[in-house]
Amino acid sequence: MTLHLAVALDGAGWHPAAWRAKGARPDRLFTAAYWAELVIEAERGLLDFVTFEDSLGLQSSRFEGPDDRLDQVRGRLDAVLLAASLAPLTSHIGLVPTTSTTHSEPFHIAIGIASLDHVSRGRAGWRPRVSPRPDEAAHFGRREFPPLDLSDPIVTRHVRDLFGEAADAVEVVRRLWDSWDDDAEIRDVATGRFVDRDRLHYVDFQGEWFDVKGPSITPRPPQGQPLVTSLAHDTLPYEFAAQGSDVVYVTPRDRAEAEAITGRVRAAEDAVGRSEPPLHVFADLVVFLGDDAADRKARLDELDGGALASDALVFTGTPERLADLLLDWRAAGLSGYRLRPGTLPHDLTAITRGLVPALQARGAFRGAYETTVLRERLGLPRPAGRYQKAS
Amino acid sequence: MTKQIHLAAHFPGVNNTTVWSDPRSGSQIDFESFRHLAQTAERGKFDFFFLAEGLRLREMKGRIHDLDVVGRPESLTVLSALSAVTTRLGLAATVNSTFNEPYEVARRLASLDHLSGGRAAWNVVTSYDAFTGENFRRGGFLAEEDRYTRAAEFLQTVRELWDSWAPDAVAADAATGAFVRPGGITPFRHQGRHFDISGAFNVPRGPQGHPVIIQAGDSDEGREFAASAADVIFSRHSKLEEGRAFYRDVKRRLAAYGRRDEDLKILPAVTYVLGDTEAEAAERAAEIRRAQVSPQTAIAFVEGVWGRDLSGHDPDGPLPDLEPELEEGVSKGRAQFRGDRGAVAAKWRALAEEKNLSIRELVIEVAAPQTFIGTPVSVAAEIDRFVQTDAADGFIFVPHLTPGGLDDLVDKVVPILQEKGVFRADYTGPTLRDHLGLAPRPGPSGLAPHPKETS
Ligand SMILES: Cc1cc2nc3c(=O)[nH]c(=O)nc-3n(C[C@H](O)[C@H](O)[C@H](O)COP(=O)(O)O)c2cc1C
Repeated sequence: MTLHLAVALDGAGWHPAAWRAKGARPDRLFTAAYWAELVIEAERGLLDFVTFEDSLGLQSSRFEGPDDRLDQVRGRLDAVLLAASLAPLTSHIGLVPTTSTTHSEPFHIAIGIASLDHVSRGRAGWRPRVSPRPDEAAHFGRREFPPLDLSDPIVTRHVRDLFGEAADAVEVVRRLWDSWDDDAEIRDVATGRFVDRDRLHYVDFQGEWFDVKGPSITPRPPQGQPLVTSLAHDTLPYEFAAQGSDVVYVTPRDRAEAEAITGRVRAAEDAVGRSEPPLHVFADLVVFLGDDAADRKARLDELDGGALASDALVFTGTPERLADLLLDWRAAGLSGYRLRPGTLPHDLTAITRGLVPALQARGAFRGAYETTVLRERLGLPRPAGRYQKAS
Repeated sequence: MTKQIHLAAHFPGVNNTTVWSDPRSGSQIDFESFRHLAQTAERGKFDFFFLAEGLRLREMKGRIHDLDVVGRPESLTVLSALSAVTTRLGLAATVNSTFNEPYEVARRLASLDHLSGGRAAWNVVTSYDAFTGENFRRGGFLAEEDRYTRAAEFLQTVRELWDSWAPDAVAADAATGAFVRPGGITPFRHQGRHFDISGAFNVPRGPQGHPVIIQAGDSDEGREFAASAADVIFSRHSKLEEGRAFYRDVKRRLAAYGRRDEDLKILPAVTYVLGDTEAEAAERAAEIRRAQVSPQTAIAFVEGVWGRDLSGHDPDGPLPDLEPELEEGVSKGRAQFRGDRGAVAAKWRALAEEKNLSIRELVIEVAAPQTFIGTPVSVAAEIDRFVQTDAADGFIFVPHLTPGGLDDLVDKVVPILQEKGVFRADYTGPTLRDHLGLAPRPGPSGLAPHPKETS
């Protein structure tokens, strides 16, 4: 079976000094052409999908909140809109933007991702994330969040609440996607009706954080349910993923940890009573590829004034060596990887033109796209709408 | 002086303008429909392509209104996709200012402006009702009289966010190691009645500085808001005399804000029907009107105004011999039936009696207006006359067919306008502000700030 390979795109790459690397195009980060080149290259490499990072505040070198550094990339485009702009330029690759479940309206998210699925004809995914930072909350002025001191029990409760709210947001979004039956539009001239109202459904969600009535204003997306993916480092987010995601990104440092984490993910599935299918578990890796990878990374570390800090393992080495690692860890129960290129476009091109052929040569990666539908690529059937009456 | 005409294309949907029963009528949701209409508009050198918004499916008599041509995508998402298949066309999204927050709207519009190379526009609308609010976190939190105080402060705040990045903030200078120029990003702080927010905006200033602002309100507050802060008004006053009155009324409000007539373009929503002869066009127009007002649509309109269930009435018979029920009403989510329904009912009754109209004939008369009917030559002449006599600065065309409904306008009428020298033969600049002849927005460190921004 083929490995699943996704690439996470962000700015000039995942090293904070990537914009200063040779071949970088830092003056073009906010242009459509920059992103088009990257995603067309990813599609050329037959990758499953690309993800787009996003947040509702400036990037920072500090987890807790903003910094005042001007020597790193600051500023981003809205991920859903960026993904949409790439849809007409590609035909197979999945497009998976990030949005905040903390501050964005679930209704707006639902119609945005559904629309991305319509414009890409079934290639949309979504990565919901929580926004715990107090500075981001101040951009909205509706809630006050505590300083992010993770040893503070108030913060533990705060984060737990945000994940609870996020789970509700995912539930609402999924209900809204199903709120139009596939055959709701009838165009019945005899009765003058454009839609059959019995095939449109109120979602009537009532929860601790918000209520949403529905139905959606957007017809059911081509995939029925676009692919939901989330990044998780601990039990709480594993359970969040198990409740509502199709793919979970995890961050093991070695194969043993990969085994331990997939075990914890399966336990989380049991704990929340997940029904089939099981989560796809993808390991996230930051990658610097090529014979000179370690030198390139060291040089960027030096420019940035410190070694790259990452939640994920930082790999430096040749595409062949990376292929070895991916196939070795795979036995830990991973179905794929999300690679975060250290620099763009260099490490993306090394994936598409180095890693992919290496995996293909070992019979571990597809030689052509078999479907244009993202869910299908991941072996997920198109679900019937939850409100649709069996006909 | 001869005025230059501004033209825009409206993707049809929701109300009964759209003739979905026509065999040529295509999908309302497939991206190809959006691409076709947008590329047609760009072929015609139109100023912009426009998408409407409605955040809750409308209801009649407590149930979803199934005659509505519903099912549309999120505007900004589709426009971002269209930015990749067009190069000059402006892209205008309707986005509500009640059920959104400034930080998010500012970043989404700035993002579209970047992705499109300076072609973004925002139609600020103000639905505030509790019915729509049921789809959102805060529910129906806003009183009607506050819809424009919030909209004005919302827009003001969004402009502050756009201005918080200097035009040259992104240095991206690998040699010196400065990605952001020192002082390039100014922290913002807005404290007002509706918003109390502070921090740092996270999208660089877009190519237009500020995307184009469109406003579609009609009340006195709506007009004042437009005069103070909008670049374009999307109006419903498409008849010559009422168009002139509206035009005069709004333009005279500009001086108080230190603005000139040319700073605000007035573009009514219009429809058109072409024929090889005037008679043929008139015949087609009548056919289209009948298709737009099905028997069921006719009854639904009268129900909306009367506020009663009239399903037992014959659409080909006379108006009901009943007084309108003015309290609750039967229609939800529809601006049209918000006003003084008693007065509308009286007017309709008088008209029906005077002309001896059935229910359906009456609704065809009052609810399916067509603006320009004729040969390409006569329609071009009418369009020009409306503009040159100050009934409008141009028009937003709403086709009755998706997606081919503007094909013949672009093929047959636009060339005549171009020949007359009243409409551009080609785009003269890359941005929507260029197409509309609007001044570029100076940066925060730039020249004259917008009058509103100093207040
Ligand atoms: C031509 C035109 C188009 C409009 N399009 C929309 C729309 O797409 N979405 C929306 O919520 N409201 C739309 N509106 C409604 C206006 O925003 C406004 O609520 C309505 O005109 C009532 O004006 P008032 O609030 O000033 O009384 C439109 C209005 C007009 C005149």
